[in-house]
Amino acid sequence: MSNNNASSNLVIAQRVVKQLRLEASVRRIKVSQAAVDLKNFCLQNAHKDPLLMGVPSSDNPFRPPKSCSLF
Amino acid sequence: MGEMDTLKKEADGLKTQIEAARKAVNDTTMAAVASGVAAAPRVQLKNRKTLKGHLAKIYGLHWSADNRHMVSASQDGKLLIWDTYTGNKVYAVPLKSSWVMSCSMAPSGNLVASGGLDNMCTIVNIKAASPKTLRELDAHEGYLSHSRFLSDTEILTASGDTTCCLWDLETGKQKVIYKSHVGDCMCLAVSPDQNSFISGACDSSAKLWDVRDGGCKQTFIGHTSDINAIAFFPSGTAVITGSDDCTLKMYDLRADQEVNGYQDAALNAGVTSVSLSSSGRLIFAGYDNFNCNIWDSLKAEKVGVLSGHDNRVSCIGVPDDGLGICTGSWDSFLKIWN
Repeated sequence: MSNNNASSNLVIAQRVVKQLRLEASVRRIKVSQAAVDLKNFCLQNAHKDPLLMGVPSSDNPFRPPKSCSLF
Repeated sequence: MGEMDTLKKEADGLKTQIEAARKAVNDTTMAAVASGVAAAPRVQLKNRKTLKGHLAKIYGLHWSADNRHMVSASQDGKLLIWDTYTGNKVYAVPLKSSWVMSCSMAPSGNLVASGGLDNMCTIVNIKAASPKTLRELDAHEGYLSHSRFLSDTEILTASGDTTCCLWDLETGKQKVIYKSHVGDCMCLAVSPDQNSFISGACDSSAKLWDVRDGGCKQTFIGHTSDINAIAFFPSGTAVITGSDDCTLKMYDLRADQEVNGYQDAALNAGVTSVSLSSSGRLIFAGYDNFNCNIWDSLKAEKVGVLSGHDNRVSCIGVPDDGLGICTGSWDSFLKIWN
C-alpha cells in the first residue's frame, strides 16, 4: 500500500517538475511594452465603448421609448 | 526518498528561476505608464431593467451572441431565457437538479448548458419544439462550476475535481482533459481567438491552456485565496481575475506576470464575478457585499458603483456589443444597467 502511494507521489512530483520546466522556458516581453500595448488598446477603442461614452437614449435598447401612443 | 528530495529541490529551483525571469522584465509599473492618461469619466450607470422571475438565488448568467437574449440559472431549479429588450421570459428550462452553479449559451443561440452539484453538464436544445435535453456530460468527479461553448459541437467545463474538460457534443465524450490545478476549478474564460482558455481555481492560481493539446502554457500566482472569477481583456493579451482575497488582478500573458492590482483597504468582501467593457477600460466586479464596483483598468481607481441588489452579486456579464451590463444576485433579480 505504502509503495503505491510512494510511486504515485513520485509520478506527481515528476509531472510538477516537467510543468515548471515548460513554464520557465516561456518567452517574456518587458512589462513596459506590455503596459503600453494595453493602454493603447484602451485608448484606441474608447470611442466605441458604450459603457464608457454613455448610450444616447434614442439608441438605448434597454430603455423604453419616452413617448407612448395609445390608440 | 532520495528521488523525491531531488525532485523537490529541482521544483524549488525552477520556481525561483521563474520569479527571477519575471522580475528581470519588470521594468516599470502600469501606474507609471498610465499616469499620462486622462482619468476615466465618473461612470454613472442607471438600472434600466430589473428581470423578475426567479424564486431563489441566481448563480449564473450568460448573454447570447445576439446581444439581446440571455440565460440565467437559479437554485429554484430553472434556467430562464430572457429577451432583455422587452424583459420577457422566452423559455423556461426545468432542471433535474436544482443545485445549479453555472449556465451558458452557445454562440448560435440554439443550446444552453447548466450544471452544479450533480457533477454533470446538461445540454439543452432550446430551439426544439419544447426544450429538449440533448446530452448529459457525466464524467467529472466533482461539481461543475463553469462552462463555455466553443460551438454547437464543443463545450469547455471547469470542475471542483480540479480539472477542466473539452467535450464533443456529438458523442457526449471527453475530448481533452486539462490537469494541473491542485484546487477546485471555479471559473474559465475563452480567448477571443478560441485557441486558448484560462481557468481560476481554489489553489489561488490562474492557468492558461492550449485548447487543442491540453497543455498548461502558463501559471499566474499572487492571489492569496480562491479565484472565483476570470475574464480576458478584449485584446486577448491579458486576463483579469477576482478572488476571495477581496482583490482583482490583471496578468499580462506576454510579460507572464501581474501588471496591475485592484484593491481598497475599505473593501473586505470577496469578488464573485468579473466582466469588462468593450474597450477594456472598465472592469465591473461583483462582490459578496451586495455591490458591484467599477474600476479603471489602467489607473486602478474605483470610478463607480452599481448598487441596488439586496444580496450578494453572484454573476455579471457584458454582451458582445458592449451596450450594457447585467448583474445577477442571490436576491433572485437580474438588473441591466447602462
